[in-house]
Amino acid sequence: MEKVEKDHAALAEEFIKDEERVDWHDGALWWIRQKRDMAAKNIPEWEALREAASQIKNNVLSNLHDYLLEFEANVTKNGIKVHWAADAEEHNAIVYSILKEKGIEQMVKSKSMLTEECHLNEYLIERGIDVINSDLGEYIQQLDNEPPSHIVLPCIHKRKEEIGEIFHEHLGTEKGVSDPTTLTRFARRHLRNVFVTRRAALTGVNFAVAATGEYVVCTNEGNADMGAHLSEVQIASMGIEKIIPQKKHLGIFLRLLARSATGQPITIYSSHFKKPREGQEMHLILVDMGRSRQLGRPDFRDSLKCIRCGSCMNTCPVYRKSGGLSYHNTVAGPIGAILAPNLDMRKHADLPFASTLCGSCSNVCPVKINIHEQLYKWRQVIVQEGYAANTKVLGIKAMAWTLSSPTSYSTIGKAGRWVLNNIPFAVNNKFNPWYRQRDMPDSPKESFGEWYAKNEKK
Amino acid sequence: MTVGLFIPCYVNQFYPSAAIATLQLLQKLGVKVVYPPRQTCCGQPMANSGFEHLTQECNNLFLENFAEFDYIVAPSASCVLHVKDHLHSTEDPAKAERVRSKTYELVEFLTDVLKVDKLAARFPHKVGIHQSCHGLRGLHLAQMSELNAAPFSKPVRLLHMVDGLELVTLERPDECCGFGGTFCVAEEAVSVKMGKDRVSDHLRHGAEYITSVDLSCLMHMEGILQRNKSAVKAVHIAEILNATR
Ligand code: SF4
Repeated sequence: MEKVEKDHAALAEEFIKDEERVDWHDGALWWIRQKRDMAAKNIPEWEALREAASQIKNNVLSNLHDYLLEFEANVTKNGIKVHWAADAEEHNAIVYSILKEKGIEQMVKSKSMLTEECHLNEYLIERGIDVINSDLGEYIQQLDNEPPSHIVLPCIHKRKEEIGEIFHEHLGTEKGVSDPTTLTRFARRHLRNVFVTRRAALTGVNFAVAATGEYVVCTNEGNADMGAHLSEVQIASMGIEKIIPQKKHLGIFLRLLARSATGQPITIYSSHFKKPREGQEMHLILVDMGRSRQLGRPDFRDSLKCIRCGSCMNTCPVYRKSGGLSYHNTVAGPIGAILAPNLDMRKHADLPFASTLCGSCSNVCPVKINIHEQLYKWRQVIVQEGYAANTKVLGIKAMAWTLSSPTSYSTIGKAGRWVLNNIPFAVNNKFNPWYRQRDMPDSPKESFGEWYAKNEKK
Repeated sequence: MTVGLFIPCYVNQFYPSAAIATLQLLQKLGVKVVYPPRQTCCGQPMANSGFEHLTQECNNLFLENFAEFDYIVAPSASCVLHVKDHLHSTEDPAKAERVRSKTYELVEFLTDVLKVDKLAARFPHKVGIHQSCHGLRGLHLAQMSELNAAPFSKPVRLLHMVDGLELVTLERPDECCGFGGTFCVAEEAVSVKMGKDRVSDHLRHGAEYITSVDLSCLMHMEGILQRNKSAVKAVHIAEILNATR
């Protein structure tokens, strides 16, 4: 795993320097949160749907082993080749071997956060395979050599002028063109050429039905279908938690997914894939990548219910102000902060602390993951496992000592107020992160305890 | 009925006037209130920083101070939520359980236990209410905007009983202010930006005062208001409900 140079707080500070961008980023995501609210409130049974989805996923997680085997048997029966991958390395090697066997050197890929987690693009490019992301947002991120900053809206942190600049540099559009429609048309034309020339296409998987061995891919651009239908080799990569038991359960999840993600009643394309057409080869890769480990952590198991709608990010004020890339993990935001420490606790020790625990995420989550409670729990685990910064450990220990004893507390409290009253610069300086942009509270002459002793006690 | 008054550490040190208002308000409503002098803190700053294992002494002290009362009331939703969710005792779990269930945030106590339906209070000002997240989503003092459910608000119901008070409408009624305990210093940049945006929603809508059930949120927003030389003031809801001017 690569080393993180800067933690969330430092990366966020950099993002926040451009306040205009932050305001616009915050506003755009808040707008989507409002669209989500409207869509959710238009369905009287919304809360019942969330509960049903959560319970279905409970069932899935408790019987994952059986469902996976059932799914594998049905997928195989349908004529799709099944592969199992324990981690990124295995997953990437499988993709590469499929392409190599067919002598394919170019592949088109629709959105899949799992392949981002696996760093598939880098892996294939190193081996001479040309991969193109066909989701427009991901395509822009790929041109700019940056990972997606949001799981549904990969380049939400970029302004249209910046996108125009990227297109100018990489695709030769006219300088200064930033009109979204013009740029989108241009990209579409460019991608259409990609689609017709690629022999292999890879998609992600949103839902995999155990009982029928089919899977569903949701996109708004139709790019997954375009790639899959034109290719002679079709590969689908899915995390093992994407299973749902039966086809009838799809109705619940499809209604929840699009409304939570963007406020749409349904994703424009919800494509069902079941068997290869004549002359086509289909492969399905089932990837673990830490999921079974997380399944074994009772406090964090429910994070595997996630259907990647992104609404916890849109509602999270910390995400909106700090930008997705500040989370230095494929999945950003509140859910990412729960998933990341499972993958690498040291590298992601800062993420569960990048939250005020306001709880909004848990309430928007369509599968009712108790996100903010899990963030609290990760904090305890991270400290217990020794990944907290030393300065913090000392500070908190001193705090715990002071607050455990009424005498030390009242002495120190009094001293604290005396310092504030008499030598304010002792605390009001730039080394105090409270004071840099906020005033300290006025300090009263006496504490409530002192007042009470004088005025109320008989 | 005897109520044990729990005044969290920072309220005791920095906001005695809110604590006095809480005490007087309860007394006005005929409640016998006692303040156990040997109290310090609920342990939340440690626990939320990942050091829940260091809070046992705070817990023991809290139990020692408050176990005997019929109710425990505090003017801080955040501390009350911590007590309700996390106060525990290895020696006497049942005692901790009892104390947890008897602990109330002030507004919750006024509404649910005392069932207050009128107040002799007057506060002729335009007021913006900051829904503290711990009060809102933790203690469920009001309906949260994320859920598909009928709206209600305990603090707003009480504020409507105050003579002359005008509540302002905000664009984002239940957005977090960014305080978040040690988050406010560990993630200073995000915290301040959140606070600035929260405050400006109130300013844009003409609030003269920002009120809340949580002094920690208010301390944060007050710090930002004062730094920007704003005339708008932060005031705890107890001080409004107890005001007669
Ligand atoms: S945790 Fe919930 S809200 Fe967040 S992306 Fe997953 S399903 Fe959506």
